Amino acid sequence: MVITAIFFYLFAGVCIASAVMVIAARNPVHSVLFLILAFVSAAGLFVLLGAEFLAMILIVVYVGAVAVLFLFVVMMLDVDFAGLRHGLLNYLPIGAAVGVILLIELLFGVVAWVIAPGLPKAITAPIPAAGDIGNTQALGLVLYTRYVYFFEAAGVILLVAMIGAIVMTLQHKPDVRRQSVAQQLARRRSSAIEVVKVKSGQGLT
Amino acid sequence: MTIGLGHYLSVAAILFTLGIFGIFLNRKNIIIILMSVELILLAVNINLVAFSAFLGDIVGQVYALIVLTVAAAEAAIGLAILVAYFRNRGSIAVEDVNLMKG
Repeated sequence: MVITAIFFYLFAGVCIASAVMVIAARNPVHSVLFLILAFVSAAGLFVLLGAEFLAMILIVVYVGAVAVLFLFVVMMLDVDFAGLRHGLLNYLPIGAAVGVILLIELLFGVVAWVIAPGLPKAITAPIPAAGDIGNTQALGLVLYTRYVYFFEAAGVILLVAMIGAIVMTLQHKPDVRRQSVAQQLARRRSSAIEVVKVKSGQGLT
Repeated sequence: MTIGLGHYLSVAAILFTLGIFGIFLNRKNIIIILMSVELILLAVNINLVAFSAFLGDIVGQVYALIVLTVAAAEAAIGLAILVAYFRNRGSIAVEDVNLMKG
């Protein structure tokens, strides 16, 4: 139990500290790297909670895809990031005020909540006992049966996002020579070569 | 030393607040704003998984999976818009974004 507590405070501390650095770092590349650290720490918290599958998905999807996407965009765009930080302190008071008020409200909720008495009866898909079946199998048993439409909807969302991102960033350059397979296959001998009778000693003009 | 649901909810609340604060703090840099939105969604995911684990209901993890999907799609679309905008205008400063103003 003490080990669990130690690892909880380790992961939570690293997660919050790196989240602070995400919004406070001067260099956006450092922000992305701290974002990756925050996600890995959150994956550790998920493992502590017994959600191993979500922890691995968090690492694969966020660290492997989203964070690398951020990194690509940050490095690809030639942006004057120092200029973007100009006037940072103008927004600090209102941001701090909103943040502190929000944090106080959320902590009120955290310390004052109670579980409704009827809630244990309302559980739809209980987590199986440890050692019975794994977290991944339990999640799959629910995801592919009762929540299959949510799963399909998630796939459609990803498809739309992929097509949208490709359409928005694809650019056709008119001066790039492209291979036209149909044009190549449609060539005949008559349009390709020509046999010319050349008199000897004269050459072709 | 027992770690309860309140501990996880506190971590999620602090992360959520940091995300909101980051949006206000980096109002000019849209890349940091997108990263703050990712932090907010991560806080929501921690809440969902914590409730799922402590109430013994696995549906919370299904919802966390859906939120993760939407977050990935949102990041891809947001960055695509950013790249397309940067190609057209040569700048990503949020104040200059007024192409669609009437």
